[in-house]
Amino acid sequence: MDSRRSTQLIRRTIALLYVGVLVLVPLVVVTWKTVSPGPSAFWKAISSDQAVTAFRLTAEIALASVALNAVFGVGLGLLITRYRFPGRRLLSALADLPLSVSPIVVGLALVLVYGPVDGWFGSTLDSAGIKIIFSLPGMILATTFVSFPLVLREVVPVLAEEGIEQEQAARVLGASAWQRFLRITLPIIRPALLYGIVLSLARSIGEYGAVLVVSGNVSGADQTQTVPLLVGERVQQLEPGAFQLAFLLIVVTVLVIVLVFLRRRENESKHSEPPAVVLDDLALSAADPAPTALALDRAASNDAASNDVALDSVAPNKGGLR
Amino acid sequence: MSIEVSSVGKRFGSFVALEDVDLTVADGRLTALLGPSGGGKSTLLRIIGGLEQPDSGTVRINGKDATRVPPQRRNVGFVFQHYAAFKHLSVYRNVAFGLEIRKRPKAEIRARVNELLALVHLEQFADRLPEQLSGGQRQRMALARALAVEPSVLLLDEPFGALDAQVRKELRDWLRRLHDEVHVTTIFVTHDQEEALEVADELVVINHGRIEQVGTPADVYDKPANDFVMSFLGPVTKLGGRLVRPHDLEIHTDGTAEGTPAEVTGLQRIGFEVRVTLDANGEQPWSQVTRAQAEALRLAVGQRVWIRAAV
Repeated sequence: MDSRRSTQLIRRTIALLYVGVLVLVPLVVVTWKTVSPGPSAFWKAISSDQAVTAFRLTAEIALASVALNAVFGVGLGLLITRYRFPGRRLLSALADLPLSVSPIVVGLALVLVYGPVDGWFGSTLDSAGIKIIFSLPGMILATTFVSFPLVLREVVPVLAEEGIEQEQAARVLGASAWQRFLRITLPIIRPALLYGIVLSLARSIGEYGAVLVVSGNVSGADQTQTVPLLVGERVQQLEPGAFQLAFLLIVVTVLVIVLVFLRRRENESKHSEPPAVVLDDLALSAADPAPTALALDRAASNDAASNDVALDSVAPNKGGLR
Repeated sequence: MSIEVSSVGKRFGSFVALEDVDLTVADGRLTALLGPSGGGKSTLLRIIGGLEQPDSGTVRINGKDATRVPPQRRNVGFVFQHYAAFKHLSVYRNVAFGLEIRKRPKAEIRARVNELLALVHLEQFADRLPEQLSGGQRQRMALARALAVEPSVLLLDEPFGALDAQVRKELRDWLRRLHDEVHVTTIFVTHDQEEALEVADELVVINHGRIEQVGTPADVYDKPANDFVMSFLGPVTKLGGRLVRPHDLEIHTDGTAEGTPAEVTGLQRIGFEVRVTLDANGEQPWSQVTRAQAEALRLAVGQRVWIRAAV
């Protein structure tokens, strides 16, 4: 008994130490470095023109990427789970690629394709006046690329597990494709979609490597520097204000995750409350060894068998059912 | 409303699910599509419901060609084996779904849903989620949901297949009574011959993508069109190379009676019946007799008897 308790204690200590060293200590250090120079230094660090522009850029890129990922993640998820077509497996495997490829490589690849000087489409786009690399579209493209599988991978297992029957049932009941999506499919995948969006948002806010390559990390008039890039620059140049920005990034990300976590828990408790009523109903037959579902059903069916009056009472309306 | 299926064919890759099937279902009947798994009966039902497209042939519902009409515009009711309950909606909202899609007034929806919940005895469960219901209750909810839109035909795909034997039996009786109340043209798929014989007005026996026989339960049972139908609908045994129902195999101990001489090789009592296994000219038929008959004949293992088919 004692030795078991002490092994448990050792296990817990190791787990705590691991998480502490890996996550907690760096977070505490960043927080400390943010707080210790005082509030005026904090305000100065986050309110400079460069910082404000970086925040705006990061927000724009994150929102655009998340929107694209949500729409295409759900769309592609439906395509992969609902249809059988040649190349389906290949598509599914390709969709995972962004997670395994280094973001720097992603950025380089995008430059090779869209770069204004020797990119494949670069010169064509450039002459048409469309700038992708070293500007916002390229940064959105890169961020969307690296965070693309996050929504898809959350949504696909739910779609696969729930199958197509509910949608078919809705279809026979008269629902159009759009109505089926809004009323059946979307509610089914909503928790998974929400979680995917959060993961995608966190990734988009923090993306460094891919954005660094495609943005050119320009500061000044045509700033393409996002918050993570600005943090990187300030750290490298030994300028003050890096930790304050980093701290803010962490706070935003943690806040989003906590909000979703709370919402999720709220939903779960909402779903798990009513079963207590079922248990109450069955309290009387608790001694009955029959499975609860069967017992419940028997009770209801016996009710049906003995209650012909109920059937008679609806008989005048039966014409409506023809 | 009547359903006419003419020369319908359907393949899945190289597998022939249905081959040149013709079927007419009269208005207001309760018809069972009966056959072994993979025989094509579910495919036929799904083609009638519009969930599958036939490769050839036509489906007419109430005289109108519905072959290319999508399911959402066929106005059929469909009940799935695994309920297909809308998990995120309450029992009430599940039943109301088709009416909400049709944008009926709120008051009308409420009246109609309450009426249907009463019909399937789920009034007190209106606010529950499907996951809080038993299998039998879920299937009754699915039935109410299908009936809510006043479908021209009601299609049930192995509706009791996922339920316990006990609940199955109860729901079967209940479906029969329900149909007597609500005379909507109904087709249900089953692989259980007892279920089909007990519930249906008409049986359609399907095997290997073809219809083997159509008729009333009594017709199909008493005058099976072929050996497959005969053996699928109930127990059979062989005498003189011919299929016979064991309960039609008479045993005589009187030597003057006509029949095939045989020897009793075994007696097995199962509830009210006694199974007599025999040996007759190298064949091993068996006969199903009542306990009283077995006692009157004083049957014993090793006894010489004469057997003949009564039908």
